[in-house]
Amino acid sequence: MNKKGAGMREIKSHPILHFDRGGQVEFSFEGKRITAYQSETVAMALYRNGINVFSESSKLHRPRGMFCAIGKCSSCMMRVNGVPNVRTCILPVRSNMQVERQHGLGEKPSGVVHFLSPVEREETVTIIGGGPAGLSAAIVFAENGVKPLVIEQNPLLGGQLIKQTHKFFGSKNEGAGIRGIKIAKEMIQKVENLGIPTLARSSAFGFYPETDTLGVFKENQYIKVHSNYYLFATGAAERMIPFEGNDLPGVFGAGAAQTMMNIFGIKPGNRVLMVGAGNVGLIISYQLLQAGVEVAGVVEAAPRIGGYFVHAAKLRRFGVPILTSTTIKRAIGVARVEKAVTVSLDDKFNEIPNSEKEWGIDTVCLSTGLIPSVTLLAQAGCKMKYSPYLSGYVPIRNKNLMTTKENIFIAGDVSGVEEASTAILEGQLAAYSILKKMGKDAALQIDETRSELEKLRSGPFGTKILKGLEEVQYE
Amino acid sequence: MSDYLKTGYLNTSDLEFPDESVVKQHFVAVTECVQEIPCNPCVESCPVDAIKMEGINGVPHVDFKKCIGCGNCVAVCPGLAMFLVNIKEGKGRVSLPYEMLPLPNKGDTVNLLGRKGKIVGAGTVISIRQIEKDTTSSIITVEFDDPSLIKVVRNVGVIRNE
Repeated sequence: MNKKGAGMREIKSHPILHFDRGGQVEFSFEGKRITAYQSETVAMALYRNGINVFSESSKLHRPRGMFCAIGKCSSCMMRVNGVPNVRTCILPVRSNMQVERQHGLGEKPSGVVHFLSPVEREETVTIIGGGPAGLSAAIVFAENGVKPLVIEQNPLLGGQLIKQTHKFFGSKNEGAGIRGIKIAKEMIQKVENLGIPTLARSSAFGFYPETDTLGVFKENQYIKVHSNYYLFATGAAERMIPFEGNDLPGVFGAGAAQTMMNIFGIKPGNRVLMVGAGNVGLIISYQLLQAGVEVAGVVEAAPRIGGYFVHAAKLRRFGVPILTSTTIKRAIGVARVEKAVTVSLDDKFNEIPNSEKEWGIDTVCLSTGLIPSVTLLAQAGCKMKYSPYLSGYVPIRNKNLMTTKENIFIAGDVSGVEEASTAILEGQLAAYSILKKMGKDAALQIDETRSELEKLRSGPFGTKILKGLEEVQYE
Repeated sequence: MSDYLKTGYLNTSDLEFPDESVVKQHFVAVTECVQEIPCNPCVESCPVDAIKMEGINGVPHVDFKKCIGCGNCVAVCPGLAMFLVNIKEGKGRVSLPYEMLPLPNKGDTVNLLGRKGKIVGAGTVISIRQIEKDTTSSIITVEFDDPSLIKVVRNVGVIRNE
């Protein structure tokens, strides 16, 4: 599909979404004119125009494309206006930008690049991450008379919620039966109505515990944030698994496919192999069908489907096969995935000889788990602990989500990978906990939110999380 | 119960099903939600309190005698796991949630699909009810000759004339 042009990847009609792409702008890629929509990021504009290869690796010069599409990995780094190592998946297009493929590690810009003078900000509460956890916390703060600063590295607020086209599970309180995109829209509207200051397109890149300072980079300016309290709601990143050819363009995190189709209206490919049958893999496979993309199959290394059965049933009734005890062995292609090979596994996860199967596909999506984005918390000196039940290293915290540092709190996937519904509740809990620390009366709300969380975690799908929490909670 | 977590589909024998006498009177809701997950909008959507669930992680059970076949639960279920079934004048009818494009038109002949996506027959679309203002998400009702298929048909395949 490499040379089929821009139109081939654009979603023309969608059962759930309407794409408001905005006007068109032109920029230059490797000296050629590229037409983009105003609402797009550079990576999306390139991909929609049929460009798969964004850079090449430093030693073996292997082609590389984007992988996560939400600014978490470094797979989409390119040279923009002479500056190397720019994450193009979160960089909005501007007219007349000069975009080039990056070769290797990137060279120092030859021209002088002007940075604006650094500024400092004094805040009461700073929330890092504008997803469901961060926004729900921000709303609680604002409704209780505290205006927090929200920092978000993507151009849009709402985190991963803005691409969740499916209806939410849970109870009325968590918006059950309502589509995630609608919940996101309502939250973002509330944040705007409450006049909560937000810094979008701003990367929090470092935390300096000596002075309790958060370093933020916005466009080309360094912002030093000093805050009485910090709430880290930094989410999680998609996990890459090792297999031959896993760096080929066309191997995406499943969430990246979701970003492409549900935010930007771009088909990630024509025929997809989904790796992993947890909720993410099952839901995104179904959303691929809704975007008009063929799903060749879903493979799952475990002997059982890990996500909700109902999500699996939705796929099966459209004829999509789900193969348990099967994993990907190889992705094959020259400048893009052209096929993949899977292999069956025995009950000890060893490959069964002669059980390989070849798939004619152009895209591989990995939904093989998420890793909490904890690096800033580690820098801040918060004590960390590894918990497989919570999907990796997470900060040790008390029941009210305070880390081992009294002014640093956590909420959402960064505290352990879970659901948007629990992220929303954790955001609220962390906000009430900070309000209580500030001397406000929030004890009742803390109890209520905690019991709501307990209810959601009381079923079989919550046991893993509860086990994890036992390992990482103090007091 | 069949090993649905391996296969991704249920067998008819796994399901609670209303007596034929009830199904012949009017549409009745059937549930294919068999796993304990934290979710209860079906219970809350029911105007006659016909869906029972023990706690938010419980499995829903439909009281077939109470159910009036309104379809609220079909419209709200996030797992698309609620359906309505009916037998009228010897013909089978199933109402199912549908979130794909293109939508069929009323009167169209469509392929009837089972839980594995295989064609099990042909039917006629007798109604399409759009359930949200801003999406094409709908409840499609199909009618077919073999009434026993009400236990089998869980999807439709739109036949494209190109």
